[in-house]
Amino acid sequence: MASGIRDKVAILGMGCTAFGEHWELDSSDLLIEAFRECIADARIGKEEIQAAWIGNHIDEVNIGKGGCYLASTLHLPFIPVTRVENFCASGTEAFRGACYAVASGAYDIALAAGVEKLKDVGYGGLPDSPIFGQLSRLIYPNATAPGLFAQLATAYSAKYGVPMDKIKEAITHISWKSHQNGAKNPRAHLRRAVSEEQISSSPFVAYPLGLFDCCGVSDGAAMAIVTTPEIARRIKPNQEPVLVKALQIAVSSGEEALYHRWDGASILTTRIAAQRAYDEAGITKPREEIDLMEVHDCFSITEMVTMEDLAISPPGQAPDDILKGFYDLDGELPCQSDGGLKCFGHPIGASGLRMIYEIYNQLLQRWPEDRLVKNARLGLTHNLGGVPHQNVCSVAILGL
Amino acid sequence: MIGIISYAAYLPRYRLNRMNIFSAMGWLNPALIMNAAGEKAVAGYDEDAVTMAAAAGKRCLQRFNPAELGALYLATTTAPYKERQCANIVAGALCAPEGIRSADFTGALKAGTSALLAALELSAVNGGKQALVCAADCRLGKMGSLQEMIFGDGAAALLVGGDKPIALFKGSYSLSYDFVDQYRGAGTVYNRQWEERWVRDMGFEQFIPEAVTGLCHRCDLKPSDFAKVIYPCYFGAARRNINKKLGLDPAQVEDDLLQESGDTGTAHPLLMLTKALEEASPGDKLLLVSYGSGCDALYFEVTPEIEKFNHRKRFSDTLAQRTELDNYTKYLTWRRITPVELGLRGEEEQVTRWSMAWRSRKAILGLQGSRCKQCGTQQYPPQRVCVNPDCGTIDEMEPVNLSEKGGKIVSYTSDMLAATINPPAIYGNVDFNGGGRAMFEFADCTLDDLQVGKPVEFTFRIKYYDPKRDITFYFWKAVPVAKEVS
Repeated sequence: MASGIRDKVAILGMGCTAFGEHWELDSSDLLIEAFRECIADARIGKEEIQAAWIGNHIDEVNIGKGGCYLASTLHLPFIPVTRVENFCASGTEAFRGACYAVASGAYDIALAAGVEKLKDVGYGGLPDSPIFGQLSRLIYPNATAPGLFAQLATAYSAKYGVPMDKIKEAITHISWKSHQNGAKNPRAHLRRAVSEEQISSSPFVAYPLGLFDCCGVSDGAAMAIVTTPEIARRIKPNQEPVLVKALQIAVSSGEEALYHRWDGASILTTRIAAQRAYDEAGITKPREEIDLMEVHDCFSITEMVTMEDLAISPPGQAPDDILKGFYDLDGELPCQSDGGLKCFGHPIGASGLRMIYEIYNQLLQRWPEDRLVKNARLGLTHNLGGVPHQNVCSVAILGL
Repeated sequence: MIGIISYAAYLPRYRLNRMNIFSAMGWLNPALIMNAAGEKAVAGYDEDAVTMAAAAGKRCLQRFNPAELGALYLATTTAPYKERQCANIVAGALCAPEGIRSADFTGALKAGTSALLAALELSAVNGGKQALVCAADCRLGKMGSLQEMIFGDGAAALLVGGDKPIALFKGSYSLSYDFVDQYRGAGTVYNRQWEERWVRDMGFEQFIPEAVTGLCHRCDLKPSDFAKVIYPCYFGAARRNINKKLGLDPAQVEDDLLQESGDTGTAHPLLMLTKALEEASPGDKLLLVSYGSGCDALYFEVTPEIEKFNHRKRFSDTLAQRTELDNYTKYLTWRRITPVELGLRGEEEQVTRWSMAWRSRKAILGLQGSRCKQCGTQQYPPQRVCVNPDCGTIDEMEPVNLSEKGGKIVSYTSDMLAATINPPAIYGNVDFNGGGRAMFEFADCTLDDLQVGKPVEFTFRIKYYDPKRDITFYFWKAVPVAKEVS
């Protein structure tokens, strides 16, 4: 009987570059920068890494296919290196590979890396590529990520009878919160607090999403070295290790895209991955038990519905929770304490690991007072790849 | 006897008031004011002769079974391909069987009636088997030209056969002249014309009376025997002269539709015929005459079946379904007359993989999905493993034609980021009536026309145009409608 990986894997060290427009840096520079922080934090030598995974989405723009790019950038000594790609969840997918390697007993120490170089695309937003295969280009609309996620709003409004104005107000608060938090974070891409009025009056990208409802498109890399709890305690005897309590991925079955049951106002995979993760971690009351969250706020509306999909806000009530500050940094359950995808930025392959990096450092109480979630012991990351009707969702729970 | 058993007209929704053209281009050619009255129908940015022909054909086949077609002919002078039979694209969109005869009739504005004659004669020798004729044109005049003023975009379709015709085909007379009044070389997109006075006096005024007289002589009739004489001619004075020459009462002559749609080329005589059929009574004799590289004259007699014909007002309906295109530069952009900046996103490579498109031809051209024989779930694109989570049966599917079913909007947006010559891109999830779901682009609407739960119908449109390889690729879009499709 499968027992999951709860408490079988510890994070030994992590690194994360500043996310942003790194016009002067290649993917290799970003990887090296994250690696230097990560390996120093792990207090091991490069030769002790026995296997590695690298998450990256848009190989055409920078790192190409296969595992060679990471291996030859860090000159890893002929260890197995695997490139994984699962849309925007690629970073968590890399982390999963490393965690499973350790949990299985195949390796003692494994590396998970994520990198993306989006500012070599030549235009804003994500590059237009046939992410669902060539046939999809002949059939489905010439859609963009904001357009696909924006539809959550129209469907949500219809399902719960929440007026579009109220949705706009709630998602405006979400972006306002991310800017507040991002402004305090020296590694965030967008570090400027903005007013709710500025947010809600920004030009439409895809109705009802305006410019400020869309996350930053950034360059960046993040990394984790994982090991067994025993080894972690041996290397860092004075530090309570951050353990992986749950790590779940759910992939759309095609039901949302093809079958007429999904309401279009939620992300089905999030609901499923979250339930599996809560089961794995032994969580029964997520709203009370979880201390902080990093969720996939590629668009403000995604964060809104995610609050319900993670079973934190009751159905139809995410807008109310959001507007009363439940998820603010000083609220009951801070969400996006680092600024989130919205302001920390979203170099696709790195984002999942960046979320884990934030939770890891919060749990270790490493951040300065003004953005520290005090005494947090249990954190959740939610990393979503693809689009609402066809996606990959990962939920990780980390705790002391 | 053989005759017309169904008809349909299709005018694109957008209408450009000719004063908009004059306001923009009158400085170049002040004489345009002479032809600046009324409006012209303008194909949407995602429409062309093929899509308009398919739209007319789809309406024409309503309540008929495409499986009974023996032939499908397309008439157009503005086919998007010189080599690739566009009739087959239309046949695919209409889910016509593959064992049919198909042909493109082109090269002359009388190609519409030539196709009709071929269809009637084919049906006659095939024991009355049905043949569908679609005619459509989307011709361009240079900016500031008379042609730009006069030409309109549109299509008409006629289904012919032996089963209860609403108008019997009684005779024809054809003329073929290499009279070069208008022409378009193989490598150009704009029409050229010789002196108007010559075209008028030596073209229209000679050939149309000659064709009418020839037919009357052959069928032992007088022009006054006809309830309606239908012929295209965009010179008002010439029409008066022709009527006078033939002794026609103006009430006998079908309106030329110049003010409403403009001259729709090969489709035009057939389009005018759909209007005449809409208003005809049993026993009426109709004379249809085309013009261009000669003339075809066809004589029909309306039967009592016309009174039983489902939904006769197909011309009035398409005429009434209109949206003002109040922007001349948008028209130029849609017709790719002037290049516009789409940003680097608009330059991303789109490779058409023909072998892939061929494998999925029924799904792409015909919007054919699959229906699970076990649970009845419709699914698109067609699946081999049933998507119903409570079923999951493998390889128990039957084909289902989803284009004739309507649907309902599940979610929608209007997207300013997507590269398109007609921003914003409007799209969303649609549930098919009877089950199943797919995401579609919405056509012929704005954000304000959309609402979750609103009914839609499906329309065959240009999916994309690849200028590098000169590929026009087609697919289906959803159009919001006021009433659910039955």
